Amino acid sequence: MILVWLILIPFLGGLLCWQADRWGHHAPRWIALATMLFVLGISLWVWVTSDFALPGSGQDHWVLEWRTGWIPRFGIDVHLAMDGLSLILVALTGFLGTLAVLCSWHEISDRIGFFHLNLLWILGGVVGVFLSLDLFVFFLFWEMMLVPMYFLIALWGHSGSAGQTRIRAATRFFIYTQASGLLMLVAILALAYIHFGNTGEWSFNYFVLREAEIPDAIAPWLMLGFFVAFAVKLPVVPLHGWLPDAHTQAPTAGSVDLAGILLKTAAYGMLRFGVPLFPAESQAFAPVAMALGLFSIVYGAVLACGQQDMKRLIAYTSISHMGFVLIAIYSGSELAVQGAIVLMVAHAFSSAGLFILSGQIYERLHTRDMRLMGGLWGRLPILPGLTLCFVAASLGMPATANFVGEFMIMFGTFQTAPVVVIIASSGLVLSAIYSLLLMQRVYFGPVYRQGALPGPDWREYFMMLVLLALVLLVGLYPQPLLDTTAGLSGTIADLFAGISPVDVFGEVR
Amino acid sequence: MLAARELFSILPLIVVGSTAVLLMLVIAWQRHHTATALISSAGLIVGLLCLPAESMLAGSPPLMQVDGLAIIAGALILLSALVTVILSHQYLVGYIGPKEEFYLLLLCATSGALALVAADHLAMLFIGLELLSMPLYGMLAYSFRAERSLEAGMKYLLLSATATAFLLFGMALIYARTGTLDLGGVTGAMVRASDAWMLAGAALIVVGLGFKLSVVPFHLWTPDVYQGGPAPATIFLATVSKLAVFVVLLRLALAAPVFQSEWMQTVITVLALLTMLGGNLLALFQANLKRLLGYSSVAHFGYLLVAIVAGNALAIETTGVYLVTYLITTLAAFGVVTMVSSPFGGEDADALPLYRGLFWRRPYLAAVMTVSFLSLAGIPLTAGFIGKFYVIALGVSESRWWLVGGIVAGSAIGLYYYLRVMVTLYLPEPGMPRRDAAHDWGSRVGGLTLIAVALAILVLGVYPTPMIDWIQQLSVG
Repeated sequence: MILVWLILIPFLGGLLCWQADRWGHHAPRWIALATMLFVLGISLWVWVTSDFALPGSGQDHWVLEWRTGWIPRFGIDVHLAMDGLSLILVALTGFLGTLAVLCSWHEISDRIGFFHLNLLWILGGVVGVFLSLDLFVFFLFWEMMLVPMYFLIALWGHSGSAGQTRIRAATRFFIYTQASGLLMLVAILALAYIHFGNTGEWSFNYFVLREAEIPDAIAPWLMLGFFVAFAVKLPVVPLHGWLPDAHTQAPTAGSVDLAGILLKTAAYGMLRFGVPLFPAESQAFAPVAMALGLFSIVYGAVLACGQQDMKRLIAYTSISHMGFVLIAIYSGSELAVQGAIVLMVAHAFSSAGLFILSGQIYERLHTRDMRLMGGLWGRLPILPGLTLCFVAASLGMPATANFVGEFMIMFGTFQTAPVVVIIASSGLVLSAIYSLLLMQRVYFGPVYRQGALPGPDWREYFMMLVLLALVLLVGLYPQPLLDTTAGLSGTIADLFAGISPVDVFGEVR
Repeated sequence: MLAARELFSILPLIVVGSTAVLLMLVIAWQRHHTATALISSAGLIVGLLCLPAESMLAGSPPLMQVDGLAIIAGALILLSALVTVILSHQYLVGYIGPKEEFYLLLLCATSGALALVAADHLAMLFIGLELLSMPLYGMLAYSFRAERSLEAGMKYLLLSATATAFLLFGMALIYARTGTLDLGGVTGAMVRASDAWMLAGAALIVVGLGFKLSVVPFHLWTPDVYQGGPAPATIFLATVSKLAVFVVLLRLALAAPVFQSEWMQTVITVLALLTMLGGNLLALFQANLKRLLGYSSVAHFGYLLVAIVAGNALAIETTGVYLVTYLITTLAAFGVVTMVSSPFGGEDADALPLYRGLFWRRPYLAAVMTVSFLSLAGIPLTAGFIGKFYVIALGVSESRWWLVGGIVAGSAIGLYYYLRVMVTLYLPEPGMPRRDAAHDWGSRVGGLTLIAVALAILVLGVYPTPMIDWIQQLSVG
C-alpha cells in the first residue's frame, strides 16, 4: 500500500492546497511543503529499510509490489512496483518537489492554492510514471502529468520575450508531448493486440508483454512508437522544439520540475520499457540513437553558447546533457547505464540549482537577459559563488556528481563505440565554454548598473547549500546510488549482450 | 397482430409518445411552464425505467429490432433528453413567447430517435428519421425573433430535405434491386448480387445519413446551425440526433454486406479521414464556443466512423462506449454554455471572451467545463480517454493504420483549440463580465445535473468497468 500512498499523497495534498487558499496566503505553501516532505520521507524510509543486495544477473528485483484489477475487459491491472531505480527517482521527485515549493515561496503571489494544486499534481503524476508496471497505467500517468504542467506554464509563466507568449510555449509543450504520447499509445495497443492474437488474452502487464512474440515486420515500428514518445520528452534534437520555450516561460518551480524530473521520466521510460520490451530492435537501432545523442550533445552545447537569456542557456545545456544519457542507454554497457543513472541524478541537482539561481536573480533584477546583467559579482553577495559551484558541476568538474556520471558513460561506452565517445567528448569542451560564458556575462565584465542587491535569505541559502551538498556527496561517494540501481543496469546490459554496435562504429585497436 | 409482449418491448417509445400527447392536451388546457417540464421529465424517467423490462423480453414488433444496440442507444437517448429538458427549463424561463411547446417538440423528436435506433425496415428507418428531424427544425428556430435562430432552422430544414432526398433515392435503388425493404431481406438479397446499383444505393444512403452526422464534405450546415439554435436545441441536436443517426448507420453497415465491399470501405475510410482532420482544422481558430463545439463534434464522428469501417462485434462495443463518453462530455460542455446563457436573453453567450476568467467567478462551473474539455481532448482519467482508447484499439486490431494515424493527427490538432478554451477560463478577467451564470446556478436542478454529469465523466474515466461490462453484455446478445 505504500506505493499507492506515494501516488495519492501529492494528489490529495494538491486538493487540500486548493481549498486552503481561503485560510490565508501561507496555508497552501505549508501544506504543499509538508506533502512533498512526506513523500520524500516515505521514500527515504523505504530506501533505508530495504535490501538492495545484488540479485542474480538478469533478474528483476522488486522491493515493493502492489496490484489490483482495474479494467478486466482488457486485462488492465493497477500494477505498481518499485525497484532501486524507481526508488531513487521517487526520492528525487520528493526532494525536487520540496525545492519547487520553497523556490516559489515569494515568486508566486496570486492564485496560490491553485498553483500548488497544479504543482503537486505534476509530482503525483511523475511518481505514478516511476511506479507503474502496467503499460496502460504508465501511459495514463505519462499523459496526465501534462495537464497541470500546461497550466503551470500558461498561467504563472513569465510574460514572454518578443513574439513568444507563455501560452504559446505551454501549448507547444503540450502538443509535442501529447502527440508523441499517442504514438506510444498506438504502439502499446498494437503490442497488447499482438499478444491477444497469440494467446487469446488481453494484457497490458509489463512482464507478460515482455515475453510477447512480435512479428519481425512490426516490431521495429512499435519500438519507434515508444522511442519517439521518450525522445520528445528527453529531448532528442530533432524533437526538442518545445523545450527552450517551455523552460524560458515557465515559473522557476516549473523549470525545476521540467529539468529535474520530467526529462528523467523519458530516460526512465527508455530504461524500463523502451529497451527491455524490444531488445533486439533497440540493438539494431542503437547506432541511430547514438548518432542522435551525439547530435544533441553538440547541437545543445553550441546553441547554449549563443543564448542571451539565462534560462534558455540552461535549457539548451539540458539537451546536451541528455544526449549523454541517450548514448549511455543504447551503449549496452552496464557501466555506461549506471553512469546514465548517476548523470540523471546529478543533472537534476545541478540544473535545479541553476534554475533556482536564475529565478533568484530574476526576483532581484526582473530580467533574465544576460546583456542587462554584467558585473553582478560586486553587487550581489554569496549568490555568485554558489553559481560558480553549480556551473562547475554542470561542466563536469571532478568531485561533482556530473563528473562521475559523464566519466562512467564515456568509459563504459568506449568499449563498444569508441568513435562516439571521441566525438562526445567535444561536448565536454563546449560545456566548459558555455559555462564560462554564463559566469562571464552575468557576474563579470562591465558593470551594467550600480547599487548593491540583497543577498539570499535563509530559505534561499538553505536550498542552495542542500543541493550543493548533494552534488558533492554523490560526486565523492556514488557507491550507494550504484548499489541501489545495479539490478536494472545489469538487466539492460544483459539484453544487449548479443550484438553490439561495434560493427558500425569500429573497434578499439 | 401485435402481441402484448411485442408491445412491451417498445414500452419506452410508447411512454414517450403518450407523454407527448398528454403534454399537448395539458398545454391546450392550461399553460404552466414548470408543470410542463415536470411532466416531460416524468415521462422520460418512466421510459428509462421501462428499459430493463425491454431487455428481458426477446420479442420485437414487426419493422423493429429491439436488440442490445437499440437498448444501449435508447438509454442514452432518454438520458440526454432528460438532461436537455432540465437545462431547457432553466434556459426558457426568460423566454418571452410561449415556452411549453419546446418540450412537446423535444418529446416528439425523442420518440423519433427511439424508433430510429430500433428500425429493422427501411420504411421504419425513414419514419423514425423524419420524426426526429421535423421537430428539430422547430426547436432550432424556436427563438425565431433572433435572426440567427431562424436562419439555423431554415438552413437545417433545407439541407435536411436534400439529405432526405438522397436517402430516399438510395433506398429506392436498393428496393429496385432486391424487391424488399426489410433489412434482413436486403441482407439476404445483397449477398447474391452486389453490383453497381447496390453500391450506388448504399453510397446515397451514406450521403443522406452523412448530412445528419455532418461528415465532411457534408458538414457545411453544422457551425451555423450550432451557433444559431437556442442552446438546448443545440444540445439535443449534438447528442440525441447524432447518436440515433449514427446507430442506424452502424446497423446498416453491420447488416448489409455491400458495406464490407472494398469500394465502400475505401469511401468510408476517406470520409472518416477527411472528417477527423477537417473538423479539427476548421475548429482551430474559432472564437465562438458553439461553432467550435460544432466542429469538434464533426471531428468526433470522424473518429467514430472507424467503427463503420470495421463492422464487427468489437465495433458495436466501441460505438457504445464512445457514444456514452461523447454524450456525457457534450452534455457537460453545452450545459455550461446553456448555464451561462440562462435565462434566455436574446443571443446565447457563446463568444469565447465572455468565458475569460470564469474560474475566478464561478469556480465549479469552470471546473465542469475544464473536465468536459479534457474529456473532449481525450486526456486520461476522463471518460473521453476511454472512448479514444477503444477507437484506437479498434483501428489497431483491424490494422487500419491510416485511420489510426488520422486519429493521432486529429487529436494533436484538436488539443490546440481545446487548450485555448481551457486556459481562457483561468486567465485574469479584463473587467466586468457582460454575461454570467446566475449566482445560485449550482443550487438549482440544472446546476446539480451539470455537476452530476461532470462527475460521471470523471467516474467513468477512473472506473469504466461497469459501463464496459454493461455494453459488452448487450452488444454480444
